[in-house]
Amino acid sequence: MGSYIPTTPAERQEMLREIGLINIKQLYSDVPSEVLLDQLTGVPEGKSELEVVQTMEAMAGKNRVFKTILRGAGAYDHYIPAIVDSVTSREELSTTYTPYQAEISQGVLQSIFEYQTMICELTGMDVSNASMYDGASSAAEAAMMCLTRKKTKVYAASTAHPDTLSTIRTYCWGRDISFELIPEKDGLADKEALSAMLDEEAACVYLQQPNFWGLLEDAEAVSEITHAAGAKMIMGVNPISLGMLKTPRECGADIAVGEGQPLGIPLSFGGPYVGFMATKQDMVRLLPGRIVGETKDNRGQRAFVLTLQAREQHIRREKASSNVCSNQALCAMRTAVYMTAMGPQGLQRAAELCFDKAHYFADQLCKIPGFKRMHDSDFFHEFVTTLPIPAQKIQAALMHHDILAGLPVEDGMLWCVTEKVTKEQLDLALQTIRGVCSK
Amino acid sequence: MKLIFELSTPGHGMQYLPQSDVPKTELPEKFRRKQALRLPEMSETDVSRHYARLAKQAFGVCSGFYPLGSCTMKYNPRVNERVASLPGFAAVHPLQPKETVEGCLEAIDTVQSLLCAVTGMDAMSMQPAAGAHGEYLGLLLIKKYLEKTGQTHRKRILIPDSAHGTNPASAVMADFDVVNIPSAPNGCVDMEAFKKALDGNVAGLMLTNPNTVGLFDPNILEITRLIHESGGLCYYDGANLNAIMGHVRPGDMGFDVVHLNLHKTFSTPHGGGGPGSGPVGCKDILKEFLPKSALGEPGDHPDSVGQIRSFYGNFGIYIRALTYILTLGAQGLRDASSTAVLNANYMMHKLKDVFPVAYDQICMHEFILTLEDEKKRSGVTALDVAKALLDEGMHPPTMYFPLVVHEALMLEPTETESRETLDAAVESFKRIRQKIDTAPEALHECPVTTPIGRPDEVGAARNPVLRYQYE
Repeated sequence: MGSYIPTTPAERQEMLREIGLINIKQLYSDVPSEVLLDQLTGVPEGKSELEVVQTMEAMAGKNRVFKTILRGAGAYDHYIPAIVDSVTSREELSTTYTPYQAEISQGVLQSIFEYQTMICELTGMDVSNASMYDGASSAAEAAMMCLTRKKTKVYAASTAHPDTLSTIRTYCWGRDISFELIPEKDGLADKEALSAMLDEEAACVYLQQPNFWGLLEDAEAVSEITHAAGAKMIMGVNPISLGMLKTPRECGADIAVGEGQPLGIPLSFGGPYVGFMATKQDMVRLLPGRIVGETKDNRGQRAFVLTLQAREQHIRREKASSNVCSNQALCAMRTAVYMTAMGPQGLQRAAELCFDKAHYFADQLCKIPGFKRMHDSDFFHEFVTTLPIPAQKIQAALMHHDILAGLPVEDGMLWCVTEKVTKEQLDLALQTIRGVCSK
Repeated sequence: MKLIFELSTPGHGMQYLPQSDVPKTELPEKFRRKQALRLPEMSETDVSRHYARLAKQAFGVCSGFYPLGSCTMKYNPRVNERVASLPGFAAVHPLQPKETVEGCLEAIDTVQSLLCAVTGMDAMSMQPAAGAHGEYLGLLLIKKYLEKTGQTHRKRILIPDSAHGTNPASAVMADFDVVNIPSAPNGCVDMEAFKKALDGNVAGLMLTNPNTVGLFDPNILEITRLIHESGGLCYYDGANLNAIMGHVRPGDMGFDVVHLNLHKTFSTPHGGGGPGSGPVGCKDILKEFLPKSALGEPGDHPDSVGQIRSFYGNFGIYIRALTYILTLGAQGLRDASSTAVLNANYMMHKLKDVFPVAYDQICMHEFILTLEDEKKRSGVTALDVAKALLDEGMHPPTMYFPLVVHEALMLEPTETESRETLDAAVESFKRIRQKIDTAPEALHECPVTTPIGRPDEVGAARNPVLRYQYE
């Protein structure tokens, strides 16, 4: 059995004696005897580290790791420079608590301040918080920021990720707030329908860019419609795409949120990822969660602290702007190291490679009979095609070549291409698809 | 220390990605970013050194004793990190075909059943990303239950005044009305006030047990029975589970729903504030309301509260917790808890002649010192002592929490500390005691050995500077 207790049983017995007790059971004298356990059932006996590693390796071995991944849908397979792993595995950074004690936590606080700055630069917004749980909950929390006594309706484009929509719906139901989906037209949010839907009670509109189908929404027009109704515009963005695409600020957003996973965080079966959230100066005090600010210490040096805490649950309790306290700090640091390592040119190249390769693949794929793009609009690195044969068959054929196919959706497949996929791999995929379709 | 932006030089940097091997496609102008993208431009050497400097100014569990009350800063086993980074876990896409993720599903099933065994619950959701997120989900389950049973008039959630601030904040997010229940002089629930608050509009109770003053409430069975008799449900805040694993289970105490903090009790690292993992367990009556992932678990889930985030929660974190549970096993978990309790009692025993303890009786895994009298006598506050401890090279206890104890310092030594470490910390407190008795004013200047002195927090909040400004 492995144990991380340094004291020996004999030492523990001595310590007990020193505090005037005879046995461990006396420590639990306030626990009613009818619920006090002699042993824990349902948990096996402990094992050595070697045995546990073998058990977990066997479990990991039952999963398939694909060489080529053509699936995105909210989790993206990007290249992660080695420096990202190296920095974030430093024990001082990974095992520290939320930096309450600023004097011994300047490293953590400064790294968050730097992260906040990079998120502002990426999105074009004024202020960022220290991170959220993930993209979906960031979108939901952003919607909650927009509620006022008179503005009580939340709208979201049905072209957003289903998990995000489900999460916003839950948060609205939680607060007994009305939630409505903006219908889809040709794969995009229906602007005419939106204009007709919004009334003076509209608090906000959520739009994802690129949307779940990979398409580029007319975000500026949606912003205009939203603002005309006196509502706030929330944009959910893919951070890699911002290497090329207009920033949320340029599109007129009041709040920018998104899933930070593409910025150096492994797929890891869906988590831990990180949500980012940035807004305009005038909404800073509505932000949920931790925020780091710059100040001076009593020696006149630059210093960083957790700030604007009057918004937070440990001060405000039931009047807090949110209950968020623990966030995803180490994942946020991963994104900051990633953005630093890549630099402006690197991030732009990542975006362009995704864009170019996805377009190459779409062009070639649509030359195969029965494959046709479902939508005409421009896309970033994801797109949907029709399929001439069942999705299962395409998936199985590609899997044979260690390729994870796109995600089967309704009558087609949602494909994604990142910078990691070479032309050679794309051509192999195309050849395989051609083969299975001609059978 | 320079900011990363101040170290940037145009043109510096590594090429991590190859040239394109496909034809170029033009992005239509109307979608193109106009604003320049300003990110640091640095060589990898400089990136490495920058973060090495930052790491030097961080205090991890590896840096020293960390008795931060209510946070359970136990040692984070290194093997957990290795397991979580196995490609068979770390490189798996969340939407892969089911037959290619059998290992992930097995891991989820296993950790769920182990956590059910520890808590005495029937089902577990791994979706919440943190403790507060778990609280929120737990309250949504109660809300849904009331909706399904036609009891939406039940709006009142009873919360002791000693509770974590997240409890009332979470209750409001689920649209409940918060009713504060005072603590009795012994630090536990004031039974008279509690009984008076019970009526037909009670939705439930949120309770931490052992509570935030580090005591196990001896009336627990009566408390949960009375809530059930009034028609409400009982929510267990698992922040303090590290005291009781394998000794008593929330399910047996009468709780219907519980959240855990895997980043406290189950040894996963705090990461400077996350990622954590806050699974929610519940009894059968609430099971059908648990969240499902829209894409990952196809089909109708008509009674689910819906999702509270994407996919299946912080998988990489609960893989670490699973590794930990398999290592310790049933007896190891019991020993971890009883040793955590022993260490707290040992330290309290040795400290009670140095500073007054708030509740002088056998405690659970944590205890509270109060500087209330000291502040009146010498002007030295809990904050001063905490800052003086920084100069002693240890992480200070939690300050000014819970609110029911004035000038509180809450210590939670955890089970992964040696007797020598505990004794050394006691000596630190004694040295500070001597300083207070000889030159109390000097305490206001602490810390003096840290990279920065006390920061101006008021100034930071009054004139917020929240990002680096490029010239």
